Amino acid sequence: MSELLIKNGYVIDPLNDIHGEIMDIAVRDGRIVESVGNAADIIDAHGMLTLPGGIDSHTHICGTKVNFGRYMSPEDMRAGRTTRKGDMHATSGFSVPTTYGNSYRYSRMGYTTLLEGAMAPMEARHTHEEFQYTPLQDCMANTLFDGNWQALEAIGNGDIKRLAGVLAWYLTASKGFAVKLTNPGGTEAWGFGNDVSCINDKIEHFNVSPREIITGMIEANEMLNLPHSVHLHCNNLGKPGNYLCTLDTYNSIPDLNEKRQSLYSTHVQFHSYGGTSWHDFCSKAEDIARSVNNKPQIVIDSGQVMFGKTTTMTADGPMEFNLYRLYHNKWSNHDVELETGSGIIPVLYRRKNLVNAVMWAIGLELALLVDSPWQCILATDNPNGAPFVKYPEVMALLMSKKYRDAEFATVDPATESRVSLPALDRELDWEEIAIATRAAQAKALGLVDYGKGHLGIGADADIAIYPIDVSSTDPTTDYETIINGFSTTDYTIKLGHVVSRKGTCSIDNSNRTFWVRPRVPDNYDMNHDPAFIDCFNKYYSMRMANYPVQEEYAVRNICIETEATL
Amino acid sequence: MRIIEDMVCPFCGCLCDDVILTIENDMIIAADNCCTVGNAKFLGKKRLKSPIIKKDGVWEQTGYDEAIQYTVDTLLDADRPLMFGWSGTHGEAQCIGIHMNELIGGVIDSTTSVCHGPSILAIQEVGHPGCTLGQVKNRADLIIYWGCNPVEGHPRHMSRYTVYADGYFLQNSFKERKVIVVDVRETETAGIADEFVRVKPGGDFAVISALRAIIRGKGDIIPESVAGVSREQLVRVAELCKTCKFGALFFGLGLTMVKGKYKNISNAIELVDELNRHTKFTLTPMRGHWNVYGSNEVFTWMTGYPYAVDFCRGVAFYNPGETSAIDILARKECDACLVVASDPGAHFPRACVEHMKDIPTIVIDPFQTLTTTVADLQIPVAVTGIDAEGTAYRMDGIPLKVKKALDSNYPSDTEILSKMYEKMLEVQWQ
Repeated sequence: MSELLIKNGYVIDPLNDIHGEIMDIAVRDGRIVESVGNAADIIDAHGMLTLPGGIDSHTHICGTKVNFGRYMSPEDMRAGRTTRKGDMHATSGFSVPTTYGNSYRYSRMGYTTLLEGAMAPMEARHTHEEFQYTPLQDCMANTLFDGNWQALEAIGNGDIKRLAGVLAWYLTASKGFAVKLTNPGGTEAWGFGNDVSCINDKIEHFNVSPREIITGMIEANEMLNLPHSVHLHCNNLGKPGNYLCTLDTYNSIPDLNEKRQSLYSTHVQFHSYGGTSWHDFCSKAEDIARSVNNKPQIVIDSGQVMFGKTTTMTADGPMEFNLYRLYHNKWSNHDVELETGSGIIPVLYRRKNLVNAVMWAIGLELALLVDSPWQCILATDNPNGAPFVKYPEVMALLMSKKYRDAEFATVDPATESRVSLPALDRELDWEEIAIATRAAQAKALGLVDYGKGHLGIGADADIAIYPIDVSSTDPTTDYETIINGFSTTDYTIKLGHVVSRKGTCSIDNSNRTFWVRPRVPDNYDMNHDPAFIDCFNKYYSMRMANYPVQEEYAVRNICIETEATL
Repeated sequence: MRIIEDMVCPFCGCLCDDVILTIENDMIIAADNCCTVGNAKFLGKKRLKSPIIKKDGVWEQTGYDEAIQYTVDTLLDADRPLMFGWSGTHGEAQCIGIHMNELIGGVIDSTTSVCHGPSILAIQEVGHPGCTLGQVKNRADLIIYWGCNPVEGHPRHMSRYTVYADGYFLQNSFKERKVIVVDVRETETAGIADEFVRVKPGGDFAVISALRAIIRGKGDIIPESVAGVSREQLVRVAELCKTCKFGALFFGLGLTMVKGKYKNISNAIELVDELNRHTKFTLTPMRGHWNVYGSNEVFTWMTGYPYAVDFCRGVAFYNPGETSAIDILARKECDACLVVASDPGAHFPRACVEHMKDIPTIVIDPFQTLTTTVADLQIPVAVTGIDAEGTAYRMDGIPLKVKKALDSNYPSDTEILSKMYEKMLEVQWQ
């Protein structure tokens, strides 16, 4: 038995209606409990902001395309090197750090749970291998279905129950956590070098539209009673005028779940663009935010862009090729048979580039214009908008108009006529930041009941203690304090163990993989479905028997079993 | 007798996973669906029985514990240790190798530096438009093999993934597909080509440049012949590339390890890049060892770099040409060498092998190899895919679990390396 008592912290725990109280938190064997004995280890959190461990509900940290980002970019590896020291292994990388680099740097910021945003099921073993080397966080992965032939065929036939059976098989086989759609339909079209223009184009051969894919998947997702909703990267990412496509998509989203959203719309900054070309490119964050404010069935993450060098990586292969033709840098592409695509290019977001400055402003506008922080999650689509180490700066920008104005003064002056940011006075408070960085993620992912994102009795003892004295810090002016304070915790606690102390990490080995196993009736069990097996045997280059991720790839794991309603 | 289906072949980068093994009396007696090289590996019998150590020039048998201790002492005592190989073992063992190397501040390198190292340098310069092999099988109507000879090197590549494979979007795959083979000699693969392009040795870069020029509409500047290839044929090939629905270019050491090296590959990648403005085109290196690509993947997520990683300054440092195995050996910097699951004795330049003979060299390998002859100690291990299991990455990045068919008394690479690493950690804490 191990016991820990965190004394006198300034605690914000939005899910338990604790809005900033000086209190003690008792921990026994990795869980939060009512009280502990006198022999418990004591942490004095006096004068320190104490929050549930941070959760990133959309990041790219592990798997085939992330690793290819490292592989093709020795210049990025050189830009972030640390040596082996104590328990800590050597790390490399700035925008795409090695697995240890990701794990240590997230941990020093107080993050204890991460969701890998895009995993091709055929390459799932790779993602799970890297999870094993991400030792200080619980991890989970979205499984990609945007171009899945068996799913597209079921949708084309209008058979949503069969679609649910297909999703269940792949989620289980890949040890995935949620259903992810990246440019639905577009990645299949990219197999022959094409794309879709918005949600109404029918994709060749399968004769289904992105709209049918999105709505069908949402329906099937809810039939499976999964913890998370469909997780969508909309069509048309990064194109001027794409906000209309995004609004059209949002207007077709049904409200099917009482506990959480029916759609998680990710990196929405990249989908909130007005204009007809790069010449009249402008922000449409107000339109998007208005739509979200009217639709409780939608939760978004902002996909904030921050200035500097980074690497873009996505399953959206055609988008990356378009981006490459703008940047002329270097381009990698990796299409995955019967399933999805992917692309990678390095980018530099410049303050003096009008388009980049507008993108930066849009992310902030979304976070300030969406009324409820439960509906707008803070994320950079790491590393697409910026490496996650920039989160503290994003928090400071959202908490301080003064800081925003100071930054705005450094960007291309023409930005002012394209965005509404300078007119926005809202400044997020401590609680709103706590919601947008952990509580909203736990709720959106459906993990509150699994002990994530809060400090109630029985919750995972994942706790972040920041050296920020709320009583003497005015976030609207002391933005340097905010940035420094959120950059490095005094203590990051994972399942009751201190895993990072003022930025120095220690071995923990309690990291777990969360995945789902929906149970479906026999007639929807694809393991025994002749058509499913036939498609597998004919068209995959891997045997069906060798496809599912074996148990040994998720050594410590939490399997969330659900019963499908079919 | 027992039959095991869907086994993964641990020979080449194709990682065929449809092998059927027949086991009798704890021996593999047949390997169906396998090519001849895979067959030879599954049915191979000349394994060392126990570790052997050379004393006064004579080989003696020794125990595993002694062999592990000798290795740990040798590596910890070295100023500039090299840990080379890795392409013939599973990823889990490679991970331990990285941790060991980080601890001792050595250089770790895989066979990549003598095969597709130049391809990776090119990818780091211009990127890599690729795809999985099933994507080629289902869609490609044009296949190019450049500087490689799959008939002999990757015998099932064409039947599983390209020329002869049935594909979803092709009615009659074999008839609908065009095949172009580019090589300096008429290989067996050239025999099945619709278009065989014979390039004069060293002329690949010029031929690729000529094709790029034609595709960009500058065909009029092309001379009558480029590196032995006629302008007519170049124009024909360019047209085939531009007008196909899905083209797939595969290349081998005939492009990476000839005059021009990585510049050939970056030129080929830029050709494919150019073609993607007209149609769909992809490029895939024909990786040799069954898990050489896995070594690149593992090295990359663990250290940030795919091969040739030097930890002597505490951080991971990468500069092929300086930190690759051949260079460390040729400069005679290296003062102890651990070879895991590869045979540099058969492939490295003579001067490097001679230096390996002069320094303590330890081999972890199931079989006697040419490297054994210059080594001081060899530790036999189980063969992944036969009596050991673990993860491997196919030439297109697809991860597969390589399963075991038999139990044996041999330890796996993972077990041996774990014991070594634990002992090293003990010494560190003392």
